[in-house]
Amino acid sequence: MKMRTSPWLGGTLAAALALPTLSCQKQAVYTSPPGSARVLNGTITGDPATLQRDDGQWVMPAKNYASTRFSGLDEITIQNVGRLGVSWTFSTGMVAGHEAAPLVVDSTMFLATPFPNIVYAFNLGSPGAPIKWQYDPKPPGAAKGVACCDLVNRGVAYADGKIFFNTLDGRTIALDAATGQPKWITKLADINKGETMTMAPLVVKGKVLVGNSGGEFGVRGWLTALDATSGAVVWRAYSTGPDKDVLIGPNFKPFYPSDRGTDLGITTWPGEGWRIGGGTVWGWISYDPELDLVYYGTANPGPWNPEQRPGDNKWTAGMFARRPDTGEAIWYYQTSPHDLFDHDGVNELVLADLTMAGQIRKIAMRADRNGLLYVIDRTSGEVLSAAPFGFVNSNRGVDLKTGRLIPVADKAPTQGVVVRDICPAAPGMNDWQPTSFSPRTGLLYIPHQNLCEDIEAMAASYIAGTPYVGASVVYKAGPGGYRGAVTAWDAVAGKPAWVVKENFPVWSGTVVTAGDVVFYGTMEGWFKAVNARTGELLWRFKCGSGIIGQPIVYKGPDGHEYVAVLSGVGGWAGALVTNDLDPRDATAGNGFGGALADLKSATTRGGMLYVFSLGDGR
Amino acid sequence: MRRVFGSLLVVEAVLASASTSCLKLAPKPALRVCADPNNLPFSNRAQEGFENRIAELLAADRHARLEYTWWAQRRGFVRNTLAAGTCDVVIGVPAESDSVAATLPYYRSSYVFVSRRDRGLNLASFDDPRLPKLRIGVQMIGDDFANTPPAHALARRGMTANVVGYTVYGDYGQPSPLSDIVLAVDRGDVDIAVVWGPVAGFFARRSEGRLTLSAVSPQRDSPSLPFAFEISMGVRRGDAALRTALDDFLRRRHVKIDAILDRYGIPRVERL
Repeated sequence: MKMRTSPWLGGTLAAALALPTLSCQKQAVYTSPPGSARVLNGTITGDPATLQRDDGQWVMPAKNYASTRFSGLDEITIQNVGRLGVSWTFSTGMVAGHEAAPLVVDSTMFLATPFPNIVYAFNLGSPGAPIKWQYDPKPPGAAKGVACCDLVNRGVAYADGKIFFNTLDGRTIALDAATGQPKWITKLADINKGETMTMAPLVVKGKVLVGNSGGEFGVRGWLTALDATSGAVVWRAYSTGPDKDVLIGPNFKPFYPSDRGTDLGITTWPGEGWRIGGGTVWGWISYDPELDLVYYGTANPGPWNPEQRPGDNKWTAGMFARRPDTGEAIWYYQTSPHDLFDHDGVNELVLADLTMAGQIRKIAMRADRNGLLYVIDRTSGEVLSAAPFGFVNSNRGVDLKTGRLIPVADKAPTQGVVVRDICPAAPGMNDWQPTSFSPRTGLLYIPHQNLCEDIEAMAASYIAGTPYVGASVVYKAGPGGYRGAVTAWDAVAGKPAWVVKENFPVWSGTVVTAGDVVFYGTMEGWFKAVNARTGELLWRFKCGSGIIGQPIVYKGPDGHEYVAVLSGVGGWAGALVTNDLDPRDATAGNGFGGALADLKSATTRGGMLYVFSLGDGR
Repeated sequence: MRRVFGSLLVVEAVLASASTSCLKLAPKPALRVCADPNNLPFSNRAQEGFENRIAELLAADRHARLEYTWWAQRRGFVRNTLAAGTCDVVIGVPAESDSVAATLPYYRSSYVFVSRRDRGLNLASFDDPRLPKLRIGVQMIGDDFANTPPAHALARRGMTANVVGYTVYGDYGQPSPLSDIVLAVDRGDVDIAVVWGPVAGFFARRSEGRLTLSAVSPQRDSPSLPFAFEISMGVRRGDAALRTALDDFLRRRHVKIDAILDRYGIPRVERL
């Protein structure tokens, strides 16, 4: 494609010619690679709408607006992937969980670390991919003390010569992709009120879409669009409250009657519960340019317990379709009305056109926390199917007439009552970790947990000098005794094509290629390649720390296919290791202490980027 | 030689015992306290809280200089302070806390009803028939089924629509993040609030007599839902020597500690 070919042809030739000689020279030669800034020097701009189609690059964490995380590259195949080797590595020097996807734009790779959210650019055109620039946003250390979970960051986004990312302390920052100089900084979230930002932005039609985290602290959730050029707020859509705050107007046409009415964001809450009602937007956003709709999910209601918030608690734990220009809501569907289990609805919606019952349907697939794989008509919000993709006993699926989740009464948590064997546990069957979809196989590759939980009475605890009681939640392996899996799901048939069981939850993303290879990482640190059609293990490499990042695939300036992933255990599931928690305390790490007590003997913390290629094995 | 407490003071202990002539030169041992820098009435960086006063009393008693590790008292507080070894004592923890080793309790307080004196409500029970008609402020903790006892007590009586939630986190960018719910009663935003005693007692004092408190009765709504809690000091699990030393201090100086609590308006309730 146009934008790529000119600098890349030059880069490829130069690299090919230079390599043999340069490799004998002193390292100083590489420190100022000629022309490295030129490729992104403001004169070359890139609209993500176009760039997302280029399989050589990876310009947004989900690869494309459809969030398929599918790479059309096919140099690495099921036949030769066994010869994959490490090309280069980079240590971030940080010990929190590394969830971000690296990006590749032209011959530069971009990477955001966990708190303190340093952004690096690497010159892929030079041997060893030296650092081109780095940017330190210097968030205050206090942000650590008030953040909810781990100090993760889920990645940066690229558009028109700029890199966009969020900081834990609530800023969205635009950097000049060529130099790393800040173009604008917009303060959006107030860490002093428990509001943080951990999600990766999505840039659509010149707008940077970002959302907040912190439902546990009584934060009211929102999605905000910023002007990509100036950083000014264009619109903000809240997840609770009056229709005018939620940007619900005359064009709002939800499919199900239970989502229709005036100011449901108020009336489905007791009193003024909506004011601190949660529904934060810390997950993924997709976009369909043809329908001109952005899709994203809202998190669980908070900080109220279920019995304190009778009602559906709209618009939490569901998904919105909105116009990117104005933010106005077009449809909404609630995956977990009156959520009982901390089942945020923020997982990505993977967009595809599939033939279902003889008809081509524009659908969105969502592997939800509640254990159901939703296939939804993305034009209307109608649920076409919702099938469990693992063992679920806390709901009986969806009533397709009403669209409502069918609850199971005796699994509902109640204050002071012990409830055992709730499946899935609070992190759900699939938490933040993104799926991938191959148009070649028609399969969705779901990294997930197989965990259940017990809810028991808890000893007195203390927050800000205030004692309270609640429940201690203890997670444990689900049926079968394993704690994670990668499931290849056939959305048309509504059943798995294959399942690979893993000892620990698969907290990393997956990626799938035109070579029919699926890549994912395990919490022990194995980076694995499996056959996309059978799940057969083809290759694995043991990284330095457990993997909870998002693998990506790109074409290097040398014209060859590369796979990159961050290793660095952590996140909610890995907090036992990153925070050095006591594995004897089953409730440590909000319930993961019991389920993953052996994780500390399986891996240690520390962030490292690994880049693999066939190298001499081609 | 004076008994030195705490395993992390080993260096000083060795220095001090090496030679009596060195005793004067040995650095004064440190009392290392883990505390929230913005959490009145308990503590703040300006050391204006009652826990700061108690820490000073303890330091003087131990002939130690007082050092603080400041960290917001939220999830991760113990992990990042006491458990990380940067400090050795948390001045206030629930006696039943299982994340630290707790000393003997040194006071016992209760959630209290806070209302305007001029309203004449005199309300003390969640079963009072007037309660469902009042606008009630209550403190909220977060999700995962953890919340303050009054929040649970109201919900189980079906009172949700007339309840206004105030997060205990408040606005940490302002001084006294915990004060909001008490000030809301004074302003008339809510008719009544149910607040942890030390918070209510301290901030009610600033209302120049406009606010009145009454302890929630009975002290327990169900076996799993107490309204009264005993408060202890906390040390690292396994730090038995320090815990014994603190128990000894609490026994000897309880009159002085009570005087500090009185001075800060901290309401106490007797064990039933």
